[in-house]
Amino acid sequence: MMKKVVYILLGLVFGVIMYKSEAASWFRIYEMFRFESFHMYGIIGTALVFGILFIQLIKRFNIKTFDGEPIIIEDKDKSISRYLIGGIIFGLGWALAGACPGPIFVLVGAGFVPIIILLLSAVLGTFVYGLLKDKLPH
Amino acid sequence: MDFILQPWSWFVSGFLIALLMFVLLLLGKRFGMSSNLRAFCSMCGGGRVSSFFNYNWKKDSWNLFIVIGAMLGGFIASHYLSDGNMPAISTSTKLALQDLNISAVNGYLPEELFSVAALSDVKTWAILIVGGFLVGFGARYAGGCTSGHAISGLSNLQLPSLIAVVGFFIGGLFMVHVLFPFIF
Repeated sequence: MMKKVVYILLGLVFGVIMYKSEAASWFRIYEMFRFESFHMYGIIGTALVFGILFIQLIKRFNIKTFDGEPIIIEDKDKSISRYLIGGIIFGLGWALAGACPGPIFVLVGAGFVPIIILLLSAVLGTFVYGLLKDKLPH
Repeated sequence: MDFILQPWSWFVSGFLIALLMFVLLLLGKRFGMSSNLRAFCSMCGGGRVSSFFNYNWKKDSWNLFIVIGAMLGGFIASHYLSDGNMPAISTSTKLALQDLNISAVNGYLPEELFSVAALSDVKTWAILIVGGFLVGFGARYAGGCTSGHAISGLSNLQLPSLIAVVGFFIGGLFMVHVLFPFIF
């Protein structure tokens, strides 16, 4: 029960960050792909600098989880085609919809009704990928 | 209090995102939002038609609470922590919007796409359905989205995530610079 509350609170913080940073705005994504502002690059760049720092701290000092377990971050599977093709498909959708999965949830909560169509279509896209998975190059 | 109502700077936002990923790692979890879409498929019985959805999604149910929280966060931020103004995008972007018939005096999202009134246009439906489908399909094909690859994967210096992010940009740039004039 306690843990569920913690995750809801973390999600809430995430939602507020996404909305307030404007990373959940279609306009900012459009602007990013036109290279006309530093804003989105600043968000992702700053997250990366500190993200790399935090993960290096975990590795150097063998930082454990709150439960005392070692933190082992599995390497991603080696491939080029799945990441490149999948990435391109995702990028086409990200630019068109102006929202990636995190912000889609945030915008549903913010009360933008048409985003529900976006969310259901994203679930459908995931479902169709599951059907075609074995036939696609990975 | 005023600084909360203003849009947050990229530095504060970026730092908080990294901190959130760090806290999730300390809780023994991995930051990634698109895997929830797979969980939805499994919850709805997708395992009957594809083994891809035949996995123990209950083990990832913590992430569904993150989703509930993210929705609550979106509600709180939009209703109590924001004036609903259009983001202060650059002048050149505003000029480019005119060519897409999207007005430069607008809300948080373009009303031409994300208002209830826009749903009377079948083109809006097509854009939302195709856009959402590509996001869901592409994220799972690539094994992650912006949070899983661009933030978590790159933070762990993973080459596959770099390839995925390069793909995100190839797709995004092609959409905005080549396809947008035909779509809008």
